[in-house]
Amino acid sequence: MRTIRFLIQKEFIQIFRNKGMLPIIFGMPIIQLLILTNAATFDLRNVQFHLIDRDQTTTSRKLVEKFTSSEYFIPVAQSFSDEKGEENLKSNRARMVLNIPGNFEKEVLSNKVSHIQFIINAEDGNAAGLTQTYASNIVHAFAMEYQSVWSSVDNPKQIKIDYSFWYNPELNYETYMIPGILVALVSMIGLFLSGMNIVREKEIGTIEQLNVTPIKKHEFIIGKLLPFWLLGLFILGFGLFVAKLIFNIPIMGSLWLIFGTAAVYLIVVLGIGLFISTVTDTQQQAMFIAWFFMVIFMLLGGLFTPIESMPSWAQNLTVVNPIAHYIQMMRGILIKGAVIGDISFQVIVLSLYSIIMLTLSVLRYRKVND
Amino acid sequence: MNEPGYAIRAEQLTKRFGDFIAVNEITFDVKQGEIYGFLGANGAGKTTAIRMLIGLLSPSSGIATVAGFDVYKETENIKRNIGYMSQRFSLYEDLTVKENIRFYGGVYGLSSSEIRDKTDFLLKKLELEHARNMLISSLPLGWKQKLAFSIAVIHDPKIVFLDEPTGGVDPITRRQFWNLIYEASSKGVTVFVTTHYMDESEYCDRVSIMVDGRIAALDTPRGLKRIFHASSMDEVFLKLARPEKVGDI
Amino acid sequence: MKSFRGFIIKEFYHIFRDKRTMLILFGMPVIQLVLFGFAIRNEITDAKISIVDHSNDYITLEIKQKLLSSGYFLLQDDIDKDSDIEAVFRKGVVKEVIVFEQEFAQRLLRDGSAHIQIIADASDPNTANMLIGYTSSIIQDYQKSLKNQSSFLPQILPEVKLLYNPELKSVFMFVPGLIALLLMLVSALMTSITITREKELGTMEILLVSPLKPFQIIVGKVIPYLFLSFVNTATVLLLARLVFGVPFNGSYGLFFFEALLFVITALSLGIMISTISKTQQTAMMIALAGLMLPVIILSGFIFPVSSMPWPLQVFSNIVPAKWFLIIVKGIMLKGIGIEYLWKETMILAGMSLIFVSVSIKKFKIRLQ
Repeated sequence: MRTIRFLIQKEFIQIFRNKGMLPIIFGMPIIQLLILTNAATFDLRNVQFHLIDRDQTTTSRKLVEKFTSSEYFIPVAQSFSDEKGEENLKSNRARMVLNIPGNFEKEVLSNKVSHIQFIINAEDGNAAGLTQTYASNIVHAFAMEYQSVWSSVDNPKQIKIDYSFWYNPELNYETYMIPGILVALVSMIGLFLSGMNIVREKEIGTIEQLNVTPIKKHEFIIGKLLPFWLLGLFILGFGLFVAKLIFNIPIMGSLWLIFGTAAVYLIVVLGIGLFISTVTDTQQQAMFIAWFFMVIFMLLGGLFTPIESMPSWAQNLTVVNPIAHYIQMMRGILIKGAVIGDISFQVIVLSLYSIIMLTLSVLRYRKVND
Repeated sequence: MNEPGYAIRAEQLTKRFGDFIAVNEITFDVKQGEIYGFLGANGAGKTTAIRMLIGLLSPSSGIATVAGFDVYKETENIKRNIGYMSQRFSLYEDLTVKENIRFYGGVYGLSSSEIRDKTDFLLKKLELEHARNMLISSLPLGWKQKLAFSIAVIHDPKIVFLDEPTGGVDPITRRQFWNLIYEASSKGVTVFVTTHYMDESEYCDRVSIMVDGRIAALDTPRGLKRIFHASSMDEVFLKLARPEKVGDI
Repeated sequence: MKSFRGFIIKEFYHIFRDKRTMLILFGMPVIQLVLFGFAIRNEITDAKISIVDHSNDYITLEIKQKLLSSGYFLLQDDIDKDSDIEAVFRKGVVKEVIVFEQEFAQRLLRDGSAHIQIIADASDPNTANMLIGYTSSIIQDYQKSLKNQSSFLPQILPEVKLLYNPELKSVFMFVPGLIALLLMLVSALMTSITITREKELGTMEILLVSPLKPFQIIVGKVIPYLFLSFVNTATVLLLARLVFGVPFNGSYGLFFFEALLFVITALSLGIMISTISKTQQTAMMIALAGLMLPVIILSGFIFPVSSMPWPLQVFSNIVPAKWFLIIVKGIMLKGIGIEYLWKETMILAGMSLIFVSVSIKKFKIRLQ
């Protein structure tokens, strides 16, 4: 056990001595957390639209007024030709063209079916879908106003729908993104640092010197893992603190549970990193493999797009995705106040995972080569 | 086969990498307390042989024991009894002198007080007391080499393996380095050293010369010079190495 | 010039001899594109819901059937107490709970109104919003079927034309995004490592005393990666066309020209990173941990830039991938040419210029 102490001490000295790395390890995650959290939103705002109002009547202006007074749409241009509108879509000046035909008012007032047209730039399918919904809602509400002019009959048989948004009644996107981004950042730092670590000693040549000492394989792996484990827990705690301070994110569940699960999770991430480090020959290789897995873990981990939206084979794959498990746990604990019973599945999977990764790293680390 | 009196024994020790035979059935033994020079041109197989003996590489065939332990099965026991200094630099450049000593001392299981005493003793002996808190990266090469050697024997091993320990340092430092080796040897430490400086081989009790993976000659320096009718080890080496190597130079 | 050619050949050898790195570099984009192309979706299907039905009459039954046959919802747990809702949500599987009040059918027919409560797990606000939208429109449809009137009301029918991606496929978004992500990271990471590596191993000094000019050294190191990135771009594009049927409406020539420009931007960013970092470790952490999330989040790859708060919209302008994404989507989906994209092209070129001049400045300082 004493050997491990010396290894840990050495790793810490090396981490803190590299002045170029310190801001990257400690500063960068926090800065990214602060900046990126605000950017990661699917909320639709400021949809710039091009107006073609061929009617030019009170009614058509009222409809346009409905659009401009909503928080979603901003008019950027106006014309009487379709070409100008499409031109603006092409050049990204506008994302929607609102096209009101010449006889709009007449049709509305004479109670006929009237048509208007939205032309939406659908490169971003998700945003286009939302744009369509918002625009239709506005038109619908507009039609309703005229409806009440025409019919004062009160409808019987009404199903009244009450909505409640639990856990996040203001639909605050930051609340949702912060735990996820924090997990992603901590995982990145952990995976990359541990992934580079052993292979770096291979490249420099110091690994030979260690391999001729009587150090045991498990001592070596534990000694390599612990410093980054502590580092990871620290960054996580610091990140949570900053997030609480600045974004006032909810912390509904127990901090003990957060750090307890983080302890297990970090072993998995660092275990993967050390494993990568033992099977590669250069830091370059190690980083590419680490990057490859990081991108997959992150994009398929429910950080940006919901796991439930993925096809079932991909959902099944997330069993081996530690980031997916931990993001789910963090969101559960922080936002919903989940207790250990609620996340027992993830806890079990991560615990098994950590044991497997540690065993693999110890087995794969060779003191004697063939 | 483990008679007392021998620190290292190797019999037909061989290492193959695919079709390439790096070390070809070498047989030799090293007596306890001896300074044994392991000579050969670059690429002759010296480093491969040394890596097999210290348990970094498993042999393809043949037998060898180091400090009485089998190189196939008892590598961890070997490691407890040897020190090693590699030709690639083995100290941590981003740690200070003191931290390096402390780290390796700790890994070899020295107690904290032993480490403290050793540190003071080593720094005094190497006249590096002023450099105690300097980073290794800021030291001149010669100091690093001397320090690396001292750290390789910090746990008082029975045998120390030195792989090209004096590569690239000036003659004065080389002289000082060999004084360190003599000092260790006088305390009964067996020294196994590879070098391609032929003048250094004169300092050894016995030398073997490897050519293309084989041991081409093995004797005392004086004995070798006599056999090859040479006035210096340099000449011995050239006579041995030339016949095969003519085309390469 | 001859020594320069020899140097480039040496660099190619370095890279291509390392079989594992080769495998990773060429295999990685393929695997990632296929995986993401098939797996990443924004649309919601089969969301798990629970229903608390205090009434259990023929109307609630009909509504439940309508909901569950819509394809949006799957019934996960039937619970019968309101107090169980909390526990169901905390497990994280169920995303929405629908509660019917007691005597639902009776109230609806007798009093003319009955209540349904929809509770969504809004820890993911986006999903919550979508689910509630789906649910209420299904219920409203059902309500309309109850009363067959409203025929004399004025109707405004919006006609929607979705340009460039009429089926709203997410893969059309992700392919350009992935191309940007791959090119950015591979190029920036590779060059920053390869140069710092020479520094660390001390071989940079050897190169610097050779007759090669520092400029040639850098270019020589970068050319193999330029070539490699090009192969990757072509592979990803081919896959996108063949496997995912992503349209390509613009000119291939322009596309590859812009890809080349973007790769040069990324490579020069890599060079800049390598001039400011002493060790491979630092370079890699900046290139990987520092670039990964900003490229994903701030480029418009996943989240629309125009929806971000304005300071971040301004900030996103310094992310080269943002401009490249506009260009790629423009060429592939809209089929527009340089007359629309010259601004973005100039910006990328300008960025490369800045990165290169900063590098040269730093490099010279170091040499003095």
